[in-house]
Amino acid sequence: MSSIGLNHFLIISSILFSLGVFGVITRKNAVMVLMGIELILNAANINFVAFSAYGGFPVKGQIIALFVIVLAAAEAAIALAIVLNIYKNFNNVNVDEIDNLRE
Amino acid sequence: MNESTLISLSLFALFAPLAGFIITLLTGKRLKTAYLIENFIISLVLLASIIALFVKLAYYVDKDIVSEITWIDLGIVPIMGKLSIELGILLDNVSLIMMFVVSLISALVHYYSIEYMRGDKRYNRYFAYLGIFTFSMMGIVLTHNILMMYIFWELVGLSSYLLIGFWYEKKSASDAGKKAFIVNRIGDLGMFAGILMIFVTYHTFTFDKIFAAIGEGILPFNSEFWLTATGILLFCGAIGKSAQFPLHVWLPDAMEGPTPVSALIHAATMVAAGVYMVTRIFVMLTGDAMLFIATIGALSAFIPATIALTQTDIKKVLAYSTVSQLGYMVMALGVGAYAFGFFHLVTHAFFKAGLFLGSGSVIHSMHHEQDIMKMGGLKKKMPITYWTFLFYSLAISGIPLTSGFLSKDGILASAMSFGSLTGYHIFAVVGFLVALLTAFYMFRLLILTFHGEPKDHHKFDHAHESPALMTVPLIVLAILSIFAFYTLNPLDAQQGWVLNKWITTPTSVVPESARYPFMVNHETHGSAEAHGQIIHSVEYTESLHHSHYPAMFLSLFVALLGIFIAYMMYEKKKMDADKIAGSMKPLYNFSLNKWYFDELYGVIAIGASLRLTEILKWFDNTIIDGIVNGSGWITKVTSAISGWFDNWVIDGAVNAVAYISGFFGIALKKTQTGKVQTYVALAVFGVMVFYFAMRLL
Amino acid sequence: MNLYDIIFYLFAIITIVSATFVVFTKNIVYAAYNLLLTLFGIAGLYVLLGADFIGIVQLIIYVGGILILILFGVMLTNKITDVPIKSGVLQVIPASIGVGMLAGILILIVTNISWRNMELTVPESTIGSLGMLLMNEYILIFELLGMLLLIALIGAANIARK
Repeated sequence: MSSIGLNHFLIISSILFSLGVFGVITRKNAVMVLMGIELILNAANINFVAFSAYGGFPVKGQIIALFVIVLAAAEAAIALAIVLNIYKNFNNVNVDEIDNLRE
Repeated sequence: MNESTLISLSLFALFAPLAGFIITLLTGKRLKTAYLIENFIISLVLLASIIALFVKLAYYVDKDIVSEITWIDLGIVPIMGKLSIELGILLDNVSLIMMFVVSLISALVHYYSIEYMRGDKRYNRYFAYLGIFTFSMMGIVLTHNILMMYIFWELVGLSSYLLIGFWYEKKSASDAGKKAFIVNRIGDLGMFAGILMIFVTYHTFTFDKIFAAIGEGILPFNSEFWLTATGILLFCGAIGKSAQFPLHVWLPDAMEGPTPVSALIHAATMVAAGVYMVTRIFVMLTGDAMLFIATIGALSAFIPATIALTQTDIKKVLAYSTVSQLGYMVMALGVGAYAFGFFHLVTHAFFKAGLFLGSGSVIHSMHHEQDIMKMGGLKKKMPITYWTFLFYSLAISGIPLTSGFLSKDGILASAMSFGSLTGYHIFAVVGFLVALLTAFYMFRLLILTFHGEPKDHHKFDHAHESPALMTVPLIVLAILSIFAFYTLNPLDAQQGWVLNKWITTPTSVVPESARYPFMVNHETHGSAEAHGQIIHSVEYTESLHHSHYPAMFLSLFVALLGIFIAYMMYEKKKMDADKIAGSMKPLYNFSLNKWYFDELYGVIAIGASLRLTEILKWFDNTIIDGIVNGSGWITKVTSAISGWFDNWVIDGAVNAVAYISGFFGIALKKTQTGKVQTYVALAVFGVMVFYFAMRLL
Repeated sequence: MNLYDIIFYLFAIITIVSATFVVFTKNIVYAAYNLLLTLFGIAGLYVLLGADFIGIVQLIIYVGGILILILFGVMLTNKITDVPIKSGVLQVIPASIGVGMLAGILILIVTNISWRNMELTVPESTIGSLGMLLMNEYILIFELLGMLLLIALIGAANIARK
């Protein structure tokens, strides 16, 4: 009998989530921040699939995961477009130098 | 042909104009020929409604077909019980005849407008508006519940507003649009209240269910008085839409719109919607409500007829004539002549649309001259327009062999028998008086426009017969005004198929004590029952029969008298019109100034607001100022006390607060870096704080 | 320890280790390639959970689409001539402490809650049932997502073009 249970998957997703947050907070480069966001999304996705697999309704959670993947694709496209725009305006993509929000 | 085909045809006729509106509106800016799409669609609609009418009359003449869907199912609602709102269409003879009338006139007006509006800068948009108007009118005609009717009611109001103000660069046109919209709204308020009364009482909007409930004896607030009130409130909508007294003031101003629009909306269809609505709710009207309706109808038949005598704008004369004829129909319904009222609606729709289109033809060829005093002699230049116009004038005056004679004669006979049964002879008197006036002013218009010598030679020389697209609709409408379409006997419509088979008076569902006495059937009349006409008593049937010939001769006499006077006055000039006008100066001015209704409403609205401002001024001067002065004194005393308090206590507190917030501001300033990442970090930190807080609690 | 466990731990280690590299390496290109490994590991985990279709979609969309997009982003926004494409770091020490605590809390929560104890249910093949659900129950969301993708496409093109 396998000793792997729901908790194992949840722990992995927790770690992935924390790593994603770390990436978002500490990286200067906007593209790196995006990668952190992708990690966070994937962590959430693991949770969806794991809960649905262990919760007795295997397909519905997967649908949500599918939707999240689609959203992630849309988000990546938009975010990269914005990053390109920022690059044109500021000539770099370091998020710490783009602090117009303060004004 | 089965019922579902009929339903599909009607639904097509309902929704195709909407599609035409959307397509034409969206493509109109780019595509120069978008109007052809709209014209093509309206032709299909006409075809569909002709087929539907034939199928209905040939196979289902005694059967009402209903098709409905549940729109909102509210389930069990507290207090109200089970509640659901249905949408649906009701196909009976009345609605299909009306559908045919609407689509025919709409189609003719479409074709006519191709020529009339040529060169307008919003050409395609004009056709789009015609499309949405046709859609909403079809909605009113076909619906089987009063909620949908109200929705479409407002939609025709909107499209009428758009079309009256179509040339909105002209201030008078945009003002007229606004006036029509606002005056209509006053009437619709009453109708809305009536609908609410019905919904509160019967928990449904569907006509059949409401009538069934009334038939079972369920009344609003359990009293016949409130049933009367409901009927009158619903009728308020018709007062507004059909331009009845006292809300008739908007219709003449609505003539600012393009003339084909006047023919379609403000003569034949939309203004008839009010009358149509009354026929729909006819069975739930009590005797008192019907008397009210008859009174309003008689007033609106008489007053505009007197105004029309002196107007010189060709379209204004026709507009007042429309109001007057609508009053006729309403009066007919009020005196219980359901079939004649609706019959007159149909015949009037044809010849009045024809009159407007004819006047449009004149205006078009005279380069937008509308004053009949500057016209004359157009008979030779525009023969088709002249002969059709003459025929319409004969029809509206009620000369035999025309459709107008049949319906008008029926209404007058009904009014007479109503008088002999109830003692209210006034309606018959007003009816004959209006018939006289109508014949007079129509022939005055005709003679001044087409006969005699041209007064404006410059314009006369350029006048010409209109192109075929404009004359063919005139001819079609003239043909439809011939008696033979309605009955084979040109003197009595009762024996024709329209009144005998197609339009049968429905049975009233109102408690017998609240009906007119003659609408209660005491003994079953064998032959009448066979036709389903069991609502009237035997006395009524006999009285109507007796008054038929007197009414016919009398109406013929007054019509000929009216025509004769007009002929003498304007053609032969045996009587000097100006001298007669001079001898009755006050009356003449009264009529010329439209009974001063606009001024009266101006005085009421403005005077009332002036009065109100005076009251408010007094209130301001004595009460408000007194309070202000008194409180000023109190303030002075208290301020002395509070001044001391302020200096020591408040200032101390304020300074302390300022110091504290300054301190925190300096401390927290560092967190507002403007960097997104700082904010994310703080959010994560916040989540953790929450977690610990939850754990500790 | 049976085969399932071994495979699970293999994928778990691939995922976690490569994700750690993603966030800690300074070179953006390295980070991107490590992200590839992470996503691959996650796809493996999906398959272990019986979500074969999701695993495949993960590989196709993430690895084939989003990652390529990110690499393009890197190439277009950095001067390629500077061979090491570096990303600076900010506030590493406080962030490490904070995120460490966050991870601790999350794991604490996850392990302390008594989840409804169910066995792992692995359906035969999920593609058919997913398709049925998408076309029936979730058709509205499905259509909306299609619309969203279209809007995102137009929006991205429009923003990037300015």
